[in-house]
Amino acid sequence: MFYIYCPYCGEHREEEEFHPKGQAHIERPKEPEACSDEEWGDYLFFRDNPRGVHHEMWVHAVGCRKFFNVTRHTVSYEILETYKMGEQPSITADSQSQAREGAAVSQQEGVRA
Amino acid sequence: MSNAATFDTRTDTAIPVESPLAYSYRRSGAPRGSGYRLKLRERAMQGHLILRGGAIVLDEAVREVLGISLPGKPQALVLDASGERSIQWLSPDEWLVIVPGGEEFPLETQLRERLGDAHFAISDVSGGQTVLELSGEAARELLMKTVIYDVHPSNFPVGKGVTTVFAKATTILRRPSEERWELVVRRSFADYCYRWLLDAGSEYGVNVEQ
Repeated sequence: MFYIYCPYCGEHREEEEFHPKGQAHIERPKEPEACSDEEWGDYLFFRDNPRGVHHEMWVHAVGCRKFFNVTRHTVSYEILETYKMGEQPSITADSQSQAREGAAVSQQEGVRA
Repeated sequence: MSNAATFDTRTDTAIPVESPLAYSYRRSGAPRGSGYRLKLRERAMQGHLILRGGAIVLDEAVREVLGISLPGKPQALVLDASGERSIQWLSPDEWLVIVPGGEEFPLETQLRERLGDAHFAISDVSGGQTVLELSGEAARELLMKTVIYDVHPSNFPVGKGVTTVFAKATTILRRPSEERWELVVRRSFADYCYRWLLDAGSEYGVNVEQ
């Protein structure tokens, strides 16, 4: 079981109280009429399915009933951070891979020394 | 004053009213015994209002009309001096007000007048939920095996209230005083919760006050 931090309640709560609601940060096209069929289809039906860091929307269904965002690792299931609606994530796939490269470099240096 | 349609749910007409647990008392009984460690009591027919809107606007109105300040911090529960009226934080823009039965309609009207054209919503949910009160030395022990939330005093001090899961049912669990716990349950779940409490409490000995 997970303890998930709800940014609105300000504390960790049992996983049972939450529901996942799919990919986060999907923006409805400003002018749907001006969209091509492909753009509209992408918006409606197509979702990312990354191996690694994924930003998702969750709802605290039994609790404050607010939607918020979760950054989760799809391989380890680790929840890296949670943040309120309208905010941007501080951990992304890019920042993670940079951190990993940085760690790898320092390790090599360590070997050389 | 907003143009929302309001009406007093308590009428002068002689309609027999029963608490949500009236059926349960008849069907499952109300055990009374000596040597019990758990006391159960329903606080029926109270007035429940849901307030929604901006915290600052609502706080001013509630303070003026009810004399209690709106809890701004998550999970907070405040009571007035008599302990009969309370306001609980439910979500960043939602609060639950519980007042003695009959006071909810005058309160709603006064709040609507005070709030005027502000952006808010007040719903009377008195008929939809009821309050079960647990006390006695085994109350916390019983909650420990029924609620998924940590009810240890270090995590659940007096003046806290959370919406959580009680025996698979959504419940508001709150702690108005050191020895009392309150469960706000949906009226349709009241019988289920009551029977669960009787069953779970049988090992401690339950005394039901009617």
